[in-house]
Amino acid sequence: MSVISNATTFWGYRRKNGRVGVRNHVIILPVDDLSNAAAEAVAHNIKGTLAIPHPYGRLQFGADLALHFRTLIGTGCNPNVAAVVVIGIEDGWTKRVVDGIAASNKPVVGFGIEGHGDHETIMRASKAAREFLQDASEIHREECKISELWISTKCGESDTTSGCGANPTVGNAFDKLYEVGSTLVFGETSEITGGEKVVAARCRTPKVAEDFMAMFNRYQDMINRHKTDDLSESQPTKGNIAGGLTTIEEKAMGNIQKIGKKCLVDGVLDKAEVPTGPGLWFMDSSSAAAEMVTLCAASGFAVHFFPTGQGNVIGNPILPVIKICANPRTVRTMSEHIDVDSTGLLQRDMVLDQVGDKLLEVMLRTANGRLTAAEALGHREFVLTRLYESA
Amino acid sequence: MIHFVLHEAKDTVAVAVVEGIKAGAELTAWIMDDDKQISIRALQDIPIGHKIALKDMAVGETIYKYGTDIGKVVAPIKAGEHAHVHNIKTKRW
Repeated sequence: MSVISNATTFWGYRRKNGRVGVRNHVIILPVDDLSNAAAEAVAHNIKGTLAIPHPYGRLQFGADLALHFRTLIGTGCNPNVAAVVVIGIEDGWTKRVVDGIAASNKPVVGFGIEGHGDHETIMRASKAAREFLQDASEIHREECKISELWISTKCGESDTTSGCGANPTVGNAFDKLYEVGSTLVFGETSEITGGEKVVAARCRTPKVAEDFMAMFNRYQDMINRHKTDDLSESQPTKGNIAGGLTTIEEKAMGNIQKIGKKCLVDGVLDKAEVPTGPGLWFMDSSSAAAEMVTLCAASGFAVHFFPTGQGNVIGNPILPVIKICANPRTVRTMSEHIDVDSTGLLQRDMVLDQVGDKLLEVMLRTANGRLTAAEALGHREFVLTRLYESA
Repeated sequence: MIHFVLHEAKDTVAVAVVEGIKAGAELTAWIMDDDKQISIRALQDIPIGHKIALKDMAVGETIYKYGTDIGKVVAPIKAGEHAHVHNIKTKRW
């Protein structure tokens, strides 16, 4: 019997909009690059809050700007976040982010720098952050159903052991989580190249398969428009190739082991779009680790499964990233980054069901509050996806 | 000890899952989907994570892994040789 069933519970933070988080961060969120310094100063003043600096937010327009707002608002709305202080260079776009986050009914307040300067903004924002932090510290974990936990996955610095060990481990866990009604997501559109028919065949309805293929084909067109070679060293990456992966088709077949053998793709999501129900979702997304994990956090996911072969060290400011590895050399040389060792699978010391359960056990401990390796090491990569140049 | 794994019996390459595989060694490969073991001899050193060819293959032939087409042969490969970017390329992009 698996370590999880419909009766399984974990200790999470229930937010006012009904969503359940596994962390209780008070974040200081800059709207744009210019506001990073003030945001970091506030987080420095108020110990225990977390600034999330990033390089964008100026002169973006159209779909690229919409994605920028969706990602920032989604990050603020994520149930791992208790409260948000937003800082922008001016009031208008700052208010837009504040209003978006306020829809989740969590405490949020915004500050524009123009007309005040950094000093006054930092002082006012620090006062708000101090109140939010003290209030958040009184929120208690409560017992929540396993079906209320949202789990995302994306692999990185994969090698061939990912496809035969770490990714099937995630796939086994996903099959079990799907059965208990969790909300799940995978993506990495370019990294399905060569396995797209396998994914299309796993879609629940012809309409979902059609939507998936439209996203897949759009991404292929983009690559074909911009490519100067066969993408070798970019996709697969130089690290993938050093690890033994040869072609994108091989990498793709390894990648899609993460969706297991049984669960069906119930729908597709645009970048940073929030799922509308339980099941397995495909999100049209970059295959770059921090971009994809940032989008998962913005879509509202609370725990992330990250299989690696060669040893990607990624983390995220608000989304605990659990690393799974089946490469014995990486587990030996980079042990401080690995949460779940699934090397036993490749020596037949363990069967897939066992390593899947091992991951689910770590997932429950992480959901209950245990820090992941990436959290302990301070990995907080937050990378916004850009669709095209700024105006 | 398992030195190599392959996913399906149809696969024409297998993955080294231990370090230090040397040319000339007689080695064990595990077919995961069938839970069967076969023996192969390495003609070259194979780094962990890298692939060994399970049969002789000519230029233009399709490489199978996961029972699926994962690319084409661009330089002749002998069974037991290292199979990677120097003799296999994508069919996409």
